[in-house]
Amino acid sequence: MKPIDIIMLAERDLDLRRSYKYRINICCSSGCLPFGAEAVLKAFEEAVKEFGVEKDCKVARTGCVGTCSVGPAVVVEPGDYLYQNVVPENAREIVKEHIVKGTPVKNLLYSNEAFFKKQHRLILRNAGKTDPYNIEDYIAMGGYSALIKCLTNMTPKAIIDEVTASGLRGRGGAGFLTGQKWSFVARASGTPKYVIANLDEGDPGVFANRTLAEADPHAIIEGMLIAAYATGVEYSYIYIRAEYPLAITTLKKALDQAKSLNLVGENILETTFKLNIDLRLGAGAFVAGEETAILASVEGERAMPRPRPPYPATSGLWAKPTLIQNVETLANIPLIVLNGGAWFARIGTPKCSGTKCFSLTGKINSPGLIEVPMGTTLREVVFDIGGGILNNRKFKAVLVGGPSGGCLPEDLLDLPIDYESLTQAGAIMGSGGIVVIDDQSCMVDTAKFFTDFCVDESCGKCVPCRTGLYKVKRIFERIMQGEGRLEDMNLLDEAGGYIREASLCGLGQTAPNPILTTLRYFKDEYVQHIIHRNCPAGKCFKKGVKAEK
Amino acid sequence: MSLKNDRRLLMLDKFTLQHEHRKDALLEILHYAQELFGYLDKDLLTHISVSLNLPPSHVYGVATFYNFFKLKKPGSHVVTFCFGTACFVKGVEDIISTVENEFGVKRGETRADGKLSLFITRCIGACAMAPNSIVDDAVVGRGTPEIVVNRIKSVLGEEKVEAD
Repeated sequence: MKPIDIIMLAERDLDLRRSYKYRINICCSSGCLPFGAEAVLKAFEEAVKEFGVEKDCKVARTGCVGTCSVGPAVVVEPGDYLYQNVVPENAREIVKEHIVKGTPVKNLLYSNEAFFKKQHRLILRNAGKTDPYNIEDYIAMGGYSALIKCLTNMTPKAIIDEVTASGLRGRGGAGFLTGQKWSFVARASGTPKYVIANLDEGDPGVFANRTLAEADPHAIIEGMLIAAYATGVEYSYIYIRAEYPLAITTLKKALDQAKSLNLVGENILETTFKLNIDLRLGAGAFVAGEETAILASVEGERAMPRPRPPYPATSGLWAKPTLIQNVETLANIPLIVLNGGAWFARIGTPKCSGTKCFSLTGKINSPGLIEVPMGTTLREVVFDIGGGILNNRKFKAVLVGGPSGGCLPEDLLDLPIDYESLTQAGAIMGSGGIVVIDDQSCMVDTAKFFTDFCVDESCGKCVPCRTGLYKVKRIFERIMQGEGRLEDMNLLDEAGGYIREASLCGLGQTAPNPILTTLRYFKDEYVQHIIHRNCPAGKCFKKGVKAEK
Repeated sequence: MSLKNDRRLLMLDKFTLQHEHRKDALLEILHYAQELFGYLDKDLLTHISVSLNLPPSHVYGVATFYNFFKLKKPGSHVVTFCFGTACFVKGVEDIISTVENEFGVKRGETRADGKLSLFITRCIGACAMAPNSIVDDAVVGRGTPEIVVNRIKSVLGEEKVEAD
């Protein structure tokens, strides 16, 4: 395959796509499959045949649309009519009314219009629109044209300059400038160099990377190819959680197809560029998503972080220069190459350009996967896109950034979402988890839950995290049993500070965040627990009674 | 577990050979071994350590470090509860304690008759459908204690019919 062949393939498939008047996209990702998406797909295929509209209407399997709470979801193009909670029996009605007669079936349509209106979908550009099992679908939507542009028209340095100009920052959580990281790896001496695409989404409550891999695997692969070309890499790994079986299958299929079109492997598109991509399975360790722990895991060791410096960019996998990027970061790359860094820098805020995917969950009306420009406020996310609190209950807190994020109260809802604002408020961007908590949840219990999580997941390498978190856990247990003392609050605060300052890796450094933010914003709940042995949400002391039995 | 004359062991050895007995393939090999045998028994780990020329302590250390690897034989039916943040907020705890009481088995353990194991996992990434439970590989989303208990009952019931 030469670049021109890919371009012709794209034209052919785009024509084919346009030849259909309607396209019915059926979400077949992990969110919709348990509710019978496969059966819905079959029912639509049969219904289209039954009404004799196969030539006008294409029925396609796609990735996630984002509205996971109302699955199985079906989208009819043009117009992007989203049908919710579709069962196989609805298929005939939708085909008959919408496709044959041209009038959408109103009572089955998704009701929360704001869910899509406030979003800006760049990373998820193809999610729910293309068939992840079909590389031609991706190519038809302009896929791999960025790679062609790089290989035929751009020097590695020009690519790095574009990425630097875009201001793109790592989406894994730390927010390091991507262009800068690339130039470090490109300049580093030592061969071979490696790229690791980080898909070890260990944060509970987060599923953005999984959805991306299930919906648009080729965007990740194309991003990896461009990153490898720009930094002079020949070997790469996608490190993915073993808990994501569908994402693994999708990526494997995508890699096979890319290989068959000469897009991955030796002499890519008949140039001298080569890149080998292997999958590596994680095995359920939260810490493995940390930059240096992932190296140990790929090398077949326990995923324990290593001290930095040396940074992975100079001494990573097998002590060779290694570029580690979150898959969400990589999915941005093709767009930056095609549209230019300046275009990308205009989206979002001056310091944080671009968009970010968030997994919106918890006590909320429209949970799901969303993508918003940086700088969107939490209020817009929770109340507009998320449609407000479930069952009209009272909003209490929003947890931003996963188990080591922070719990932010109502008066911080107008905080714009960017790395600096969140850190200042005590939360982190993390991998983009937003969990909404209502008045039925107890903040002390929530802080304890995250502490328990971090105690379990601490790798045990450094003392502040291993022992410190355990001590904190014991203090929480004491409070829960009604034996808390007032000075426990100071103790928690102090211990949290030490753990944050003295831990080696991101897990330990951020683990106290839920404790410190709940202490900062919900102090009265702690006081209630300790002095009055009373849980305002009515959660805790029930459990205490059980424990005594 | 007696490994003598076990065909699965040949398959595992072949897989190890495909990875050229490389030490960094340890995780891949453990994954495959668990796929073949269902869990990682001590003899099996020793076998892997010999074939990769690694100390048994290293292999055991890696296998115990990662939550995904099971070192004890699971029951014939496995129920895994997602204990991620979203499921926690949406009350998976109620489901777990109801199931524990109903079926007489604690989380992380297997019932004495070997028919039912309960496990906890940290997030399966299906948070918009919280609370989630996985009953014999099928995800039960938006669960309530009743839904999950009924599902487990029907799964356990099926086995009885087969045995008859």
